[in-house]
Amino acid sequence: MSTLVIKDLHVEIEGKQILKGVNITINTSEIHAIMGPNGTGKSTLASAIMGHPKYEVTQGTIELDGEDVLAMEVDERARAGLFLAMQYPSEISGVTNADFMRSAMNARREEGNEVSLMKFIRELDSKMETLAMDQDMAQRYLNEGFSGGEKKRNEILQMMMIKPTFAVLDEIDSGLDIDALKVVSDGINQMKGENFGCLIITHYQRLLNYITPDHVHVMMQGRVVKSGGPELAHKLEAEGYDWIKAELGIEDETVGQEA
Amino acid sequence: MTVETKLTMTEQDVRSFSASHSEPEEFTNLRVQALAAAEALPLPKPDKTKIINWNFTDFPVHTVQSSTYASLDELPEQVKSIVDTDQKNLYIQHNNTPAYISLDKNLQQQGVILTDIQTAIREHGDLVAKYFMTEAVKAEEHKLTALHAALLNGGMFLYVPKNLAIKNPVQAIFVHDNEEASLFNHALIVADKGSEVTYVENYISTVPKAKGQANIVSEVFAEDNASVTYGAVDVLAEGFTTYVNRRGVAQRDARIEWALGMMNDSDTISDNTTFLIGDNSVGDTKTVVVGRGTQKQNFTTQVIHWGKNSDGQILKHGVMKDSASAIFNGIGKIEHGATKANAEQESRVLMLSPKARGDANPILLIDEDDVTAGHAASVGRVDPLQLYYLMSRGITKQEAERLVIHGFLAPVVNVLPIEGVKKQLTEVIERKVR
Ligand SMILES: Nc1ncnc2c1ncn2[C@@H]1O[C@H](COP(=O)(O)OP(=O)(O)O)[C@@H](O)[C@H]1O
Ligand SMILES: [Mg+2]
Repeated sequence: MSTLVIKDLHVEIEGKQILKGVNITINTSEIHAIMGPNGTGKSTLASAIMGHPKYEVTQGTIELDGEDVLAMEVDERARAGLFLAMQYPSEISGVTNADFMRSAMNARREEGNEVSLMKFIRELDSKMETLAMDQDMAQRYLNEGFSGGEKKRNEILQMMMIKPTFAVLDEIDSGLDIDALKVVSDGINQMKGENFGCLIITHYQRLLNYITPDHVHVMMQGRVVKSGGPELAHKLEAEGYDWIKAELGIEDETVGQEA
Repeated sequence: MTVETKLTMTEQDVRSFSASHSEPEEFTNLRVQALAAAEALPLPKPDKTKIINWNFTDFPVHTVQSSTYASLDELPEQVKSIVDTDQKNLYIQHNNTPAYISLDKNLQQQGVILTDIQTAIREHGDLVAKYFMTEAVKAEEHKLTALHAALLNGGMFLYVPKNLAIKNPVQAIFVHDNEEASLFNHALIVADKGSEVTYVENYISTVPKAKGQANIVSEVFAEDNASVTYGAVDVLAEGFTTYVNRRGVAQRDARIEWALGMMNDSDTISDNTTFLIGDNSVGDTKTVVVGRGTQKQNFTTQVIHWGKNSDGQILKHGVMKDSASAIFNGIGKIEHGATKANAEQESRVLMLSPKARGDANPILLIDEDDVTAGHAASVGRVDPLQLYYLMSRGITKQEAERLVIHGFLAPVVNVLPIEGVKKQLTEVIERKVR
């Protein structure tokens, strides 16, 4: 079993404090969901875990099986087992999707022990089929000209090829129609198991109809303000966020505000 | 080796060079007149690069004698690797010496001409007289074109007769392996009405240093409804002062596509101009560049629209490292009467070091109302968010940068039609950006 422990995480961007003490512990075989309205710091948490260059951790720790994640470069974090499906993935012209994914897989292997081309293609083909992606997407340039939905699928495709220990999925459901949502959920569900833990960031409950979370956390003002089981997501779907705000005396849930 | 430099060739030198190649009198006269003109004519004025102090005139010797290649087995390894095994249409020049030539028998029978330029001057005088420095590039334009005409000492001629489409590419390789050599090289390509051809040329130095001049002119003629695809990978050694002028003239419904990989280690002034003379003609220019060391370069790409409904596309991507500097001028010019013309360009420069300099300079000159035009230009470093994205998949920073740079230069690499040349350009890029 592996464990990702986030403790008292404080994060600034361009001098502005966004996260104000986030605590979450995720074990492999668990699915966690982070919910919360826009502007509450969800993507900031995801970016800080992966090591986005613009986000500065000013206090707190992130540890993966006792290893200090914050001391690692972005690529080291990835090779240590972390993965982030980004809300806004970059487009990289001239680099084909397939070449990129092969580089990513080989980055985890010793020189001389690279994944064979045949094996790679077979695996890529089958995963693309699961995600109902056109075969020609493999030869297109990385995310260039991809529709919103194609980008989301491509993020999940990468996760399935790379097989990380912990995946953070930032709004993987936004902009997906119901069919796409099902396919993407299938992909995520295929990953489930004792060697995989997942943190799903969303502000809709509908994704959670297809992927049942073990834990649900609500984020407001740069903190986790409430945690619970799957029933919490259902309640949020039915009643919105106002009852939590009332319960906690929060007027404006975005990070600029203090309770 | 001699260290003596010869400042100029005299009229007598030019006459005797011409005579030794049995050139027709008209050609001798053309040389002599150009030589006289060269004295007085000014240097070209590439926008934003001062070349007044560049040495375009000195060289150790005008011509060197080099061996011919009896078979492709005799080629140096570096050269062998850029010739595909099934390459049937091939001209190889060894410094100034025509060294190997082959042309598919069927094509010969159908009237295709592929020869070294001197043979063309002797044996295809009419075609040469019609096209050589008459329309695309003129000897009297400036000092360097005049010097080129006067001192021409190599090159090749390709003629494709009417309505013939040549399926396999024609390849020309100019091997430079003598420090003393200068290349006053001319490629003349005529695609007659309705014909199609793909031409790929390599300028390749197998010695690290050069002492001479590279004064290179290419002229491409696409007659009505003809199509010419022109690929080039230039890898000339440091020490040359390189002036390379590649121009095309497209008539009605004709198409000229350029894919230029400009990888010289020498200081280089490049002019790539496409004249869209005919209605519905198309000019598509793709150029990629890597500059390193203290290299100074200027790349001026122009598409000049005369034809109605003509379409001109310019793409230029440059990578600059060390203290290299380069100017990228892109000029889309639409003349009065060229209604419905479209001029688009994109220039992007990636800087890999703080001392590198790059300048993208898009210019639109439009003398007609009913047209469309657009440009995009950017100069910057490798996007940190792109690096973050790639690294978030476990790819090291170094490898991530490598991927972004190769991707950035892919527009030319991907369209080169000869596998060996594509691979060569990839390897040269790899070597230069490392
Ligand atoms: N580059 C930035 N500069 C300043 N503030 C930012 C920047 N990026 C995000 N923020 C602010 O951080 C807060 C949290 O953003 P984010 O983590 O993206 O929220 P969420 O993902 O929950 O919608 C927002 O109020 C946003 O305005
Ligand atoms: Mg977000």
